[in-house]
Amino acid sequence: MSFLTLESLNKQFGDFTAVKGLDLSIEKGEFISLLGPSGCGKTTTLQMIAGLLTPTNGRILLDGKDISHTPPNKRGLGIVFQSYALFPHMTATENVAFGLEMRSVGKAERLERARAALKQVKLDQFADRYPKQMSGGQRQRVALARALVIEPPVLLLDEPLSNLDAKLREDMRMELRLLQQDIGVTTILVTHDQEEALSMSDRIVVMKEGQMEQLASPLELYEHPRNTFVSDFVGKTNLIRATAHANDAAGAHVLVDGEMITLPGHSLEEGRDLTISIRPEKFHMSDDASGHEVEVRAAIFLGSSWLYRVSSKMGDLFITQPNNGSAGYKKGQSAYVRWSQDAVTLFEEGK
Amino acid sequence: MQRLGPLALIFHALFVLFIMAPLLMVIAVSFTDKGYLSLPTDGLSLRWFYAIADNPDFIDAFWVSVWLAFLSATLATAIAVPASLAIARKRFWGRNTIAAFLLSPLMIPHLVLGVAFLQFYSKIGLGGSFAGLTAAHVILITPYALRLSLASATGLPRDAEDAAMTLGASRWVTFRRITLPLILPGVAGGWLLSFITSFDELTMSVFVASPATQTLPVRMYHHITQTIDPLIASVSTALIVLTFLVMLLLDRLYGLDKVFVGKG
Amino acid sequence: MSDQAHAGPGAKAAPYWMTGPGVIFFIALLGAPMMMTFLLSLHSYDFTLGIQDDWTLANYIEVLGDPYFHKIFGRTFGLALLVTVICVAIGAPEAYVLSRLSNPWKSVFLLVVLGPLLISVVVRTLGWALFFGGNGVLTMTAQALGFGEEPVSLMFTFTGMTIALVHVLVPFMVISIWAALQKIDPQSEDAALTLGASKFTTLRRITLPQAMPGILSGSIIVFALTASAFATPAIIGGRRMKVVATAAYDEYLSTLNWPLGATIAILLLVANIAIIVSYNQLVERRFAKVFE
Repeated sequence: MSFLTLESLNKQFGDFTAVKGLDLSIEKGEFISLLGPSGCGKTTTLQMIAGLLTPTNGRILLDGKDISHTPPNKRGLGIVFQSYALFPHMTATENVAFGLEMRSVGKAERLERARAALKQVKLDQFADRYPKQMSGGQRQRVALARALVIEPPVLLLDEPLSNLDAKLREDMRMELRLLQQDIGVTTILVTHDQEEALSMSDRIVVMKEGQMEQLASPLELYEHPRNTFVSDFVGKTNLIRATAHANDAAGAHVLVDGEMITLPGHSLEEGRDLTISIRPEKFHMSDDASGHEVEVRAAIFLGSSWLYRVSSKMGDLFITQPNNGSAGYKKGQSAYVRWSQDAVTLFEEGK
Repeated sequence: MQRLGPLALIFHALFVLFIMAPLLMVIAVSFTDKGYLSLPTDGLSLRWFYAIADNPDFIDAFWVSVWLAFLSATLATAIAVPASLAIARKRFWGRNTIAAFLLSPLMIPHLVLGVAFLQFYSKIGLGGSFAGLTAAHVILITPYALRLSLASATGLPRDAEDAAMTLGASRWVTFRRITLPLILPGVAGGWLLSFITSFDELTMSVFVASPATQTLPVRMYHHITQTIDPLIASVSTALIVLTFLVMLLLDRLYGLDKVFVGKG
Repeated sequence: MSDQAHAGPGAKAAPYWMTGPGVIFFIALLGAPMMMTFLLSLHSYDFTLGIQDDWTLANYIEVLGDPYFHKIFGRTFGLALLVTVICVAIGAPEAYVLSRLSNPWKSVFLLVVLGPLLISVVVRTLGWALFFGGNGVLTMTAQALGFGEEPVSLMFTFTGMTIALVHVLVPFMVISIWAALQKIDPQSEDAALTLGASKFTTLRRITLPQAMPGILSGSIIVFALTASAFATPAIIGGRRMKVVATAAYDEYLSTLNWPLGATIAILLLVANIAIIVSYNQLVERRFAKVFE
């Protein structure tokens, strides 16, 4: 049985439905991300789990018990807020010890555990500083220690890295994930940053307009997005128009820019308009006159790779090629691109 | 955010009642039809408003107050705007001292200012003069004008001016087209707050004003210490209505909460 | 500051040109009168001969040694303390309520609470005088409730002065605390709740300490303004309930003992500034590390 369950969870604000019939089962120790653009209901969902909002309908079960109407101060979940929400008038230690004090832990033990928690996030030297005296990254760690020290059954992270600069954010992703696996705490992360979700989660829930679009592991999500929204939101992709041509035992034959490609396991109505998705890094670009001719419109060097924008009969495409030390293509140059058939994801919707 | 409980709302209602009570009382009494102080229990009457017309000293005092407030607010703003631009945006020797000096009247009780001006003006022969009264008011209200324009000038994005200059604007054009429009709400709010502070001032003016230059609050104060009658209530009601209009204007212009934060 | 970057010739003098008119005006019309008042307090006064040319501390010795003045100073500062405490007690909850209201109620009630600050103190005090007078509402209410036929009057009483001054000054308290509450991250209260704090504990341990700078600055404003208040004590307290400001007024305009009046004024000024400055320093030391 799952550890945390959301059962057809709904939240209405007046006429506006923020979350629509969300079902989700989370295993103990799992790291789940709620991913979506702003206004998709991910933060509302988190706040319902935390108890800061009451669901309009549906239930939240924690370890088999219905906690839908338990007040937030009785749920005992650990939360890291987007603004960190540190108490500015308390030192780091006092911030971390606050939750223990509310649980009537004795003073000596409280301090000891708070210091241990700060050590865990490598802040033991900053124990007596006030939030104002710390950097953004340090505040973020205090918030994390404060949430973890109460040994919550579930850790909720509300865009915890969004206020950090790019470099720090990448370091913290790794650190947070390692810490989470170390402690084994069930974790729910709310984010609009697909890279963050892909890099940290066991499974990802992609949300749009209050509903779940897809629930899958990061790799599955990236390689097999269910629809154009997911494929466009998670990672970069090229959406290309195609036409269904014929079906046979090998699968559906689809026409893309004059080339016939075969999609195994599909059967499609002949002549139908389709959309296929090919990720920028799945193209193979070369000077050999085979495949589809493209003209380079812009070339951007990214260090580990090149990003090209090219025009072709399929429309404009984004293509990334690993940097192998050569000069790369220049603007105005012609080239040929190819892809393997399993790089193609098919959506039965017109573009 | 936690919702407010019924207890909090009851407290709020009582608090608002406490704030409104004396004002409502004044307004109610001013509509009495009796010749003495009473609530209009038998019927409303405007007789005490007509009575104001028969007491030209109130009307004279009102115009003295209006002119005084207009003149002193304008002079205070003229002092405050250049000073605030210098203090907010330049580093110079004595900057903090000058700022503290120009704000210092805020720390001086009005009574102390009153006795100081009383003696000073009688020594230099300006006792009871309108000019002396105006100068005293300028001293009193300059800090208010200064603080609001200082707040605007501090928040002014420096690079907007730099941008204007790189686009070819002269210093004067930059000031007129970029700086002034940006600080204008603070300047206008400061002028209006100075105006009303001057208009309402009693304690200092009591010492400085002569019978010929009595301001409305001074006239009303002397009336109240003699007798409290429906006439003073109707004058007060008229004043409440006027102040209310100015208040709406000030709120529009600058935001009433921002005007008062840290005042004192 | 990148002044030097576009500083033309004479730019160094510019700040002095810009502040100069104000500073000169202030020296002439604030510095000189204040200095003269101080010097006046060092002269003695004779009831038949008027102000003397001598230099003496006699006025200070008189004010600081006379039980009559002790009583007036004691009453004034007691009043200021009481008014401040009451303003905190009712202003803090009101500021909290205001900060929790949503628009349009928030703007409406902010206007209702702050608006009276713009209305002349004379008018506001008059309202209380109408309540407190011998044939005022208070008497009528008492009679209607059967508390006897005797007129109930709070005119010329300490209680009356306290109520009226609380009314006049509580908006300053509300606005200072409200401003402090505006700066609180509402998520810090959510954080306390999720860490297991009750609503009351959250209020006491999280919200209140963060509102403290506002409570303290509101207190200093209310205290200073009460200690130097004139109009309300003059109208409600009258001759029977003299405070420092009304006592100085009487010395100047009734007794005509200007040197003694000047002494009282100077003492009031010194006490006022001493309290404000030491309080500010205390607050600064206490909160510099915690709040920006």
